[in-house]
Amino acid sequence: MAPPVLPQAPARRVKLLKTEVSRRTAWILRAASILVPLAGWWALSVSGVVEDTFLPSPPAVWSAGMAMVESGDLPNDLLASLGRIGAGFGLAVLIAVPLGFAMGTLGWAQPLLEPVIGILRYLPASAFIPLLIIWLGIGEVSKIALLVLGVVFFNTLMTADAVRQVPARLLEVSAILGAGRARVAARVVFPYALPGILDAMRVNAAAAWNFVVVAELIAATSGLGYRITRAQRFLQTDRIFAILIVIGLIGLTIDITLRLLRSRVGRWAQ
Amino acid sequence: MSLRLIDVSREYVAGKPVLSGIDLAIEPGEFVTVVGASGSGKSTLLCLIAGLARPTTGQVLLDGQEVLGPGPDRGMAFQTASLYPWRSVARNVAFGLEAMGVPRDVRDERVRWLLDEVGLTAFAGTLPGKLSGGQQQRVSIARALACQPRVLLLDEPFGALDVQTKEDMQLFIRQIWQDVGTTVVMVTHDVEEAVFLGQRVLVLSSDPGRISQDIQVDLPEPRTLTVRRSAEFLALRARVEDLVRAEHRAHQALNGHAG
Repeated sequence: MAPPVLPQAPARRVKLLKTEVSRRTAWILRAASILVPLAGWWALSVSGVVEDTFLPSPPAVWSAGMAMVESGDLPNDLLASLGRIGAGFGLAVLIAVPLGFAMGTLGWAQPLLEPVIGILRYLPASAFIPLLIIWLGIGEVSKIALLVLGVVFFNTLMTADAVRQVPARLLEVSAILGAGRARVAARVVFPYALPGILDAMRVNAAAAWNFVVVAELIAATSGLGYRITRAQRFLQTDRIFAILIVIGLIGLTIDITLRLLRSRVGRWAQ
Repeated sequence: MSLRLIDVSREYVAGKPVLSGIDLAIEPGEFVTVVGASGSGKSTLLCLIAGLARPTTGQVLLDGQEVLGPGPDRGMAFQTASLYPWRSVARNVAFGLEAMGVPRDVRDERVRWLLDEVGLTAFAGTLPGKLSGGQQQRVSIARALACQPRVLLLDEPFGALDVQTKEDMQLFIRQIWQDVGTTVVMVTHDVEEAVFLGQRVLVLSSDPGRISQDIQVDLPEPRTLTVRRSAEFLALRARVEDLVRAEHRAHQALNGHAG
């Protein structure tokens, strides 16, 4: 049978989907990513199209921020918020990592825990605020509980995923070398999964930082979220802007710290 | 070490044995190679000896003791080196010794000897990711030998290497076997390799896997590259190739593939 004939394939130059730029271009683009929106904001606020009360100018925001620093409000609020994320996120990680580890390794833990966690993680943590206040009051405990609720389920499932990435072959090799389950867990599974566990923490730290501010918007007497609601009462949009910028910068710092930690721990994976 | 398999069969799906009626005795210090078409269950055979799987019927005996699970009295290396990527070469080799609770000085000494034996002393502190495929496989074999296993099981260990490296590794594994004196059972799909390395070649049939031929290889020792060009070698290779090809055709026909 003769093969069906096709028209000759075109000598077209096909481009790859993924492209790269030089390091220099990358840095210029990074700078533009911050400076262009900043310039746009500045131009809009100076143009007078939008009232100052709605959109304060960058210098106004800067001086509002400095005023809050000098009065001591901003440092105090910052410490209060950081304390909450430290306690809440830390607790969530302490619960999530062992649970996820169990789900990723023990045959019975996966079918036992996955359905309930799968449902719980779709319940918006913010919707629990009224309930948490009824149960735990408006003090620190309810805020930390919100943080834990918002993060712990995702972090558990993501940890379990990281743990499941350990190749079965590596576990078999370890058993043949005489390593029992505890040794394999500590010396094989944990080191192999650690970079993935830290990745999961990095993603969830961002969520945790959001929940701190949300918790403080509702009922608090300190913290960055509380400072925003106070500023709103007096229509101090310049202060709100300043606090939002601080929130963004802290988030970025958390992200970079965890990223550095991850690349140190996961050096072998590169 | 003597290894005995008595009427061993293994099913993953009930009624469809991968291996069936395997009777096998391997004497201490023997180098046995196993070839077979796909579906002959040759990797399963190694898994049963390693204790990674249990036979559906029959027994695997190591020095008269039934194999009930994996353990350091057997060493195993696979096609993928499966090293611990965060551990240095030396610490990879040391893993089994750590698990055995061998004192540090003895451990260090043994690791040093093994690294010397596999020619990787200069790479003791290197991470596996920085090594070539052949070097990684050497580490994997050194790690498998660390606990002084009674039998070394090799599952297509050179299958992923380029031709030149593979040739080096074949001479290397022969040398190791002579120096260490352990029993070796090696599975391969490469008939030339099986005949060149084995003192004995087992040919498995497919559907289910059975030992169809048990061939004594009377080629001169040591096996040098000259042996590989001798008429006896070539004749034996052709014979085993024909056996494996026949099994392959039968397997394809049974599974409805065109030859």
